[in-house]
Amino acid sequence: MSTVNETRPADALRAGDRQADERASASKPLGGVAGWLDDRLGAAKGVSFLAKKVFPDHWSFMLGEIAMYSMIVCLLTGAFLTFWFIPSASPVVYDGSYVPLQGVTMSDAYRSTLGISFDIRGGLLIRQIHHWAALVFIVAVFVHMARVFFTGAFRKPREINWVFGTILSMLACIEGFAGYSLPDDLLSGTGIRAMNGFVQSVPVIGSYMSYFIFGGAFPGEAIIPRLYSAHVLLIPAILVGLFTAHILLVFLHKHTQFPGPGRTNNNVVGYPLMPVYIAKAGGFFFIVFGVIALISAVVTINPIWAYGPYDPSPITAGSQPDWYMGFADGALRLLPGFLEFETFGFTWSMNIFPGSILLLPIMWGIIGAYPFLEAWVTGDKREHHLLDRPRNNATRTAIGVAGITMYVVLFFAAGNDLMAIKLHLSINDITQSLRVLFFIGPPIAFWITKRICLSLQRADRQKVLHGRETGTIWRYADGRFEEIHAPLTPEERWVLVQHESLEPLQLTAAKDANGVDSPVARKERIRAKFSNFYFRDRVAPPTPTELEAAHHAHEAHAEPAAPHEAIEPAGVGQERETIKADRQRD
Amino acid sequence: MNDYETTDHGKSTALVPASGDGHDLLPASLITDTDQFENPGLPPHVHRAADDDPAAAKRAERQVATMFALSMLAALVFVVSYFAVSDEATFFFPGIGRAKTQNVILGLSLGFSIFLIGIGAVHWAKTLMSDEEIVEERHLQASTGEQRAKAVSVVNEGVDSTHLTRRPLLKYSLGGALGLFALPLGLQVAGSLGPVTVEELKHTIWDPKDNGGKPIRLMRDPEMTPIRFDEVTTGSVFHVMPETLQKYLDEGKHVLEAKAKAAVILIRLDPDLIKVQKAKDWGVDGVVAYSKICTHVGCAVGLYEQQTHHLLCPCHQSTFDLTEDCAVIFGPAKRPLPQLKITVDDAGYLVAPEGFAEPVGPSFWERAR
Repeated sequence: MSTVNETRPADALRAGDRQADERASASKPLGGVAGWLDDRLGAAKGVSFLAKKVFPDHWSFMLGEIAMYSMIVCLLTGAFLTFWFIPSASPVVYDGSYVPLQGVTMSDAYRSTLGISFDIRGGLLIRQIHHWAALVFIVAVFVHMARVFFTGAFRKPREINWVFGTILSMLACIEGFAGYSLPDDLLSGTGIRAMNGFVQSVPVIGSYMSYFIFGGAFPGEAIIPRLYSAHVLLIPAILVGLFTAHILLVFLHKHTQFPGPGRTNNNVVGYPLMPVYIAKAGGFFFIVFGVIALISAVVTINPIWAYGPYDPSPITAGSQPDWYMGFADGALRLLPGFLEFETFGFTWSMNIFPGSILLLPIMWGIIGAYPFLEAWVTGDKREHHLLDRPRNNATRTAIGVAGITMYVVLFFAAGNDLMAIKLHLSINDITQSLRVLFFIGPPIAFWITKRICLSLQRADRQKVLHGRETGTIWRYADGRFEEIHAPLTPEERWVLVQHESLEPLQLTAAKDANGVDSPVARKERIRAKFSNFYFRDRVAPPTPTELEAAHHAHEAHAEPAAPHEAIEPAGVGQERETIKADRQRD
Repeated sequence: MNDYETTDHGKSTALVPASGDGHDLLPASLITDTDQFENPGLPPHVHRAADDDPAAAKRAERQVATMFALSMLAALVFVVSYFAVSDEATFFFPGIGRAKTQNVILGLSLGFSIFLIGIGAVHWAKTLMSDEEIVEERHLQASTGEQRAKAVSVVNEGVDSTHLTRRPLLKYSLGGALGLFALPLGLQVAGSLGPVTVEELKHTIWDPKDNGGKPIRLMRDPEMTPIRFDEVTTGSVFHVMPETLQKYLDEGKHVLEAKAKAAVILIRLDPDLIKVQKAKDWGVDGVVAYSKICTHVGCAVGLYEQQTHHLLCPCHQSTFDLTEDCAVIFGPAKRPLPQLKITVDDAGYLVAPEGFAEPVGPSFWERAR
C-alpha cells in the first residue's frame, strides 16, 4: 500500500506507546472467585481478548450507543410496566382517583394505564421514561443509520450488519406503534382504526386480514392482547436477538474509523475497552438514562387521561401518530383520492394501500439493498475500514440527502393541518405544494448537495495547495495587500488528501475482433452508465507534485511583478482545467 | 494487507477506469508508483494537565468523587420523597406549567442520581485514565484458501457419511417432510385468528331487520335520547347513534363494534343549498344524515365547518361538501360519505326507515360486490 511510509510506517508507535498485544501487565495469578470461574469456564482467554479490544473515538460513534442504551431503558421500564398494565379490552367502569373520568365505561387496558399514571406511586414517571426512551431510541436509530450511510460504513465487509440494522429500524417503528396503541385511549384507538383501514385496503385478502388481526369485527377485544403479546414478547425477542448479532458483528469486524494520520485501512487506532471504554461507554449509558429520566420528570408525554377512552364515534382535531409513523401518515394525506378504482366490482384502494402497507417494505427494502447496488456500480470488492468523509463521495451523499428530503416531505405532510393553523395558510395549498415537492424536492436536494460536496472538495484542495487562511493581511512596500496563508502540517494535510477519487468505469471495446457485439459489453453498458452518474464529477485530491507547483507559483507571485495574480492565486485556474478535462473525457 | 479482493471474481474485461491506465478497478491509492502523499503516522501525543501535574490529578479525582457523592445524595432524595410527597400535590413549574410534584421530584432525583454516575465516569476516563491511543491490526475478514478448503472437505465428509448424495430417496423424503412440517402450525394460527365473516363489513345496525322491520329512531350520542325534528334548528349538528344500539349497551357486549359502523352525523342546512335532488329527498326539509365514518380509512369525520358546509376528517383531512351530497372535494378519500335516509315518525321524532344503501367506512376488496 502506497500510504505506508518506507522510513516510518503509518501506524508506527511513538516512544512510550504500547502495542495492544503487549499490554499484559505484570500479572498476579488468578485466585479466588475469578480463579474458580476460570477453572470452569476458561473465561480468562476471552477476557483478555475483550479487555484489549480497541475502539476508535468519534462523537458520531455514540449515536448507535444512544440507540442501544435507550433500548435497554425501554426493556427495563417496560418490564416494570407489565406489573400493573392489564392487556384487556373488557369494558369496566372507572373508579380510580382521576375525578374527570370517574363512572366512565372504558377498557381494562385504559383503566390500568390510568392507574399507572395516578394510583401507582412513581408509575407515571416510569411510563413517561418508557415513552421518552422509545422516542429517543427511534431517533437515535435513524440518526445512527444516517451516519453509517453518509460515511460509507456499510461497505464490505459490513453489508450484512447494515441489513440487520435496516430490519432493526423497521422493527423499532412497529414496536413503537404496538406500544403506544396499548393504552386504548381515544388517540391510539383512532390510530388502530386507521390501521384497520390500511389492512382492509390490501387487494384480494384485505378484509380477511382485518378479520384475522382483530379476531372479528373492528375493534373487538382481541386486538389489545394481541398487540401486547407482539409488543412485549414477539418483537422484543427479535429486536434483542438481532441487536446482539449487530453488536457481535461490530466486534468481529472491529469498528470503522475516520481517516487521520496514522490510521490506515489495516489498523484501528483508539482506546482499549478496559478501562477507557468501559468507563466512557458505561458512563454514557448512565448519561442517556439520566437525561431521559430528567426529561420525563418535567415534560409530559402522551397524557392519555386527557384523550379519554377509545370510542369510534368521537375524535379530536389534530390526530397524529408518534413521530416515527409520521411519514406514512403523511403519505396517506398526500395520495389523491382518484387513485381508487374498481374492476369487475372489486375495489383497488390505491389511495391507501401504497402509502400505508406498501410504503414500509419498499422504503426499508431500498435502504437494505443500497450497499449491494453501490458495490455493483463501483465494482469495488475490497474491504473498507476507513470511513469516507461525506463530501468525498458526493453522489452517495446527494442520494442520501435526496432520500431524506423525500422522507421529510412526507413527515411534514403528516402535520399539514397543524401547519395550516399555526401559519394561517390554506391546508389545500399546503397539501398541493407538498405533493409537488415530493417529486421535485429530492432532485433539487440531490443537485444542491452534490454541488456543495464538490465545492467542499475544491475548498479542501485549495487549503492543501495554498495553506490555511490566517486572517493576517500584509501590506507590501509597493502598496500591494496580501493575506498570509499558513502551510498545513503533514497531519492536517493528510485528512484532506488521503481519499481515493474514483473514476467512472468505461466500456472497453464493445465489439470483438470480428465486429460482433460483445455480450459482456451489452451487459455492462448499464453499469458503465451508473458509474458515470456516480463519478462523472470528480475533484482529484492534490498530489505532492501539484503542491510543489503551487509553492513555486506562490514564490513567483510574491514578487511584485504579477499584480493580477493577487486576485486569483495561481493554481485555481489550472485546477478547474483539470476538472473540465476530466468531464470532457467522460 | 487487506486492500485486495478476497474472492477472485475474475477481472472484468468489459469495464475499466476512465483513465485506462491498466490498473483494472484499482483506485489510485493502491497504485504504488503514482504521485501520492504519505501517511504521516500518528500525531505526537499531547499530555493532559493531570498527566504531569499531581495537583491537577488530585483535582480531577475530587471532581469525580463529588459527582458520585451528589449521585448518592440524589438517590437518597428519591427514597425520601417517595414516602414524603403526597400523591395529590401539584405546583407551578416555571416555563412548563402546573406539574405533579411527585413526578417532578422523583424524576429529577432519579435522573440526577443516574446522570451524575455517567458524568463522573466519563470525566474520570477523560482526565485520569490513559489517553494513549492503542493500535490494533486488522486482518482480512475472509478465511484463507487453506481454511476454506478444510471447511469444504469437513462438510463434504459429513454429507458423504449421511448417504444423502447416494440415496436420493432420503433427500426427497426429508425435503418433503421439512417442507410440510410448518403447515399444521401455520394453519392452526392463521386459521384460528379470526372468523371469515367479512360480509359483516357491509352490515350496520341501522338495518331495520335489527329492529323488527320498524324504522329506527335517531338518538343523541352518547345520551341515547331520541331527536325531535323540531329540535333540529338550521345550522345545528347532532352526533347520532341508532336506537338499536341500546340493546348492545344494555348487554354490555360488542358496543364498540356496533358503534364503529353506526356513527352518523345529522345536520340541518338551508334546503336551497342542497344541490343534489337525492340528498334532498333522503332528508327532511334540509335535515340530512350522513355516515360519520370516513370513506378513507375510517376515522370519525367530526369537524363541521358551518360557513362552508364542509365536513372535515381530522385524521387525513378528507373534505366532504354537504351541499354536494357529501362528495369529496379535497383529500385522500375517494367516495362520498354514504347518506342515511331519514323521515319523521308520527310522534315527531327523526327515524331511519331503510338503513344505509351501501357499505359505510373504508373501502375493501369486496365492497362493491
